[in-house]
Amino acid sequence: MIAMKDVHKTYDNGTRALKSVSLTIQDGEFAFMVGPSGSGKSTIIKLLTAEVTPNEGTVLVNGFMVNKIRSRKKSMMRRTLGIIFQDFRLIEKKSVYENVAFAMRVTGAREKDIKKRVPYVLDLVGLNVDTDRRPEELSGGEQQRVAIARALVNNPSTIIADEPTGNLDPVRSLEIMMLLEKINELGTTVLVVTHERHLVNRFSKRVIALDNGRVISDGMKGYVIHEQETAAPTE
Amino acid sequence: MSRKQPRRRNNLGYYLREGTSSIFTHGFMSFASVVIIVACLVIMGSFLLVAFNINDMMEEAESRNQIMAFVDEELTEEEARDIERHILTISNVEGATFISREQAWASWIYDDPERFAGLDETTLRHRFIVDLEDIAGMEMTLNRLEQVPGIAEVRADTEIAGWFVTARNVIATVFIVIIAVLLAISIFIISNTIKLATFDRREEIAIMRMVGATNWFIRWPFIFQGFILGLVGAAVAFFLQWGLYGVLTDQILVLSGGELIQVASFGEVAEYMMLLFLGTGFVVGILGSALAIRNYLKV
Repeated sequence: MIAMKDVHKTYDNGTRALKSVSLTIQDGEFAFMVGPSGSGKSTIIKLLTAEVTPNEGTVLVNGFMVNKIRSRKKSMMRRTLGIIFQDFRLIEKKSVYENVAFAMRVTGAREKDIKKRVPYVLDLVGLNVDTDRRPEELSGGEQQRVAIARALVNNPSTIIADEPTGNLDPVRSLEIMMLLEKINELGTTVLVVTHERHLVNRFSKRVIALDNGRVISDGMKGYVIHEQETAAPTE
Repeated sequence: MSRKQPRRRNNLGYYLREGTSSIFTHGFMSFASVVIIVACLVIMGSFLLVAFNINDMMEEAESRNQIMAFVDEELTEEEARDIERHILTISNVEGATFISREQAWASWIYDDPERFAGLDETTLRHRFIVDLEDIAGMEMTLNRLEQVPGIAEVRADTEIAGWFVTARNVIATVFIVIIAVLLAISIFIISNTIKLATFDRREEIAIMRMVGATNWFIRWPFIFQGFILGLVGAAVAFFLQWGLYGVLTDQILVLSGGELIQVASFGEVAEYMMLLFLGTGFVVGILGSALAIRNYLKV
């Protein structure tokens, strides 16, 4: 479960990224987080992955209080998360198999378990390529499937996807989003941060809208364009 | 899907593989690191050998620097001998040898009979030759000896003793400063090599952190890298030092005819030298790596 209560975050340069943000995402839920650039989406992801800490308020992620977390507990907390990025962040010098196996290896998994689990997860994400190939030899959609496999391989409670379709064409974007929906149906909590309105509106899921560091709407009404996002300059 | 976490296992093989592969990926910097470590260790080892030889010579010279304590001439030989137990209670006294006036006289007469013709042993006093543990405490020991009942006079060459103490302190200070500078240079160079490796792998390190790697899991391959570089440097330096010392001492012995200067054989210090080099290589390698990686582990 993810729970944020009255969270404020101001960076050292004075930027007020979040102003009294409160939200809860229950176990097994699927939620989109939308909003324009600078709305605070990235800061929320950084808070959830313990890259930054809040100035005020509490952040609870899968039983870990991020606002109080000790350095050595961060790795334990991150093992409950699977993170997917827009730019895939695969290690280029490693093969597809190694990129996924690597995520298990860092947690201290046995080689026997890795050999069993990695092909299963690659199959789960629908990747039908030679797993000895390097990421650069794959298409964008295939690379994102490898990244999803890596996020899934340690059986995380929650998947956080940061603009997972940002580098993909509409068809591949839809496929990836459907894959995330399938993962959610298998019991994993999924939070997708995106600004692709058409994609969000194709799924009947909860949408948390942010603007200017605040939650401006939260519900099942789809990605509603708010005044702040559309306001045209007036004379 | 179940939430069971994989069990912990020993990752030594992985750390070694990653550490070794990084050495070859950054071949030139690794080579430069080993060369610098070898240079630093050989310079350090050379100073150590010079210091060891000087210390040997000084110990020999120091052992000749004794205190002569003369006994009051009114005391009988038996009473004079009894003073020894008082002398031995003084700290810094290693031993005391009693020399009766007859023994002293016999020795003088033997050395130069004409000079002492017409005199007899009653012109001399019973005495003790006092050996010290450390000549740095000679002045204090002299004062304590003067206060021993029955001792009439004490004599020693405090100037020479002072010179020995100064020389030993200067050598020790110079040695410590040079070692510190060389260690700092070695750590700096090895740290830069590892920094280059960590910079090259910064994306990988960021991904490792995101998938839940502990700081130690990230750190170990780099520490192994530094450790291997340090160890290779130490081994090369040891054998180079051995060869250089052999050549140098042969030359010294040839030039001095083997009489003026006595040099210690490398075998006398080889064991310590090996331990020192390996220890230094180990510390330099690990410290260098730890310094290089720390910035990448803060998040």
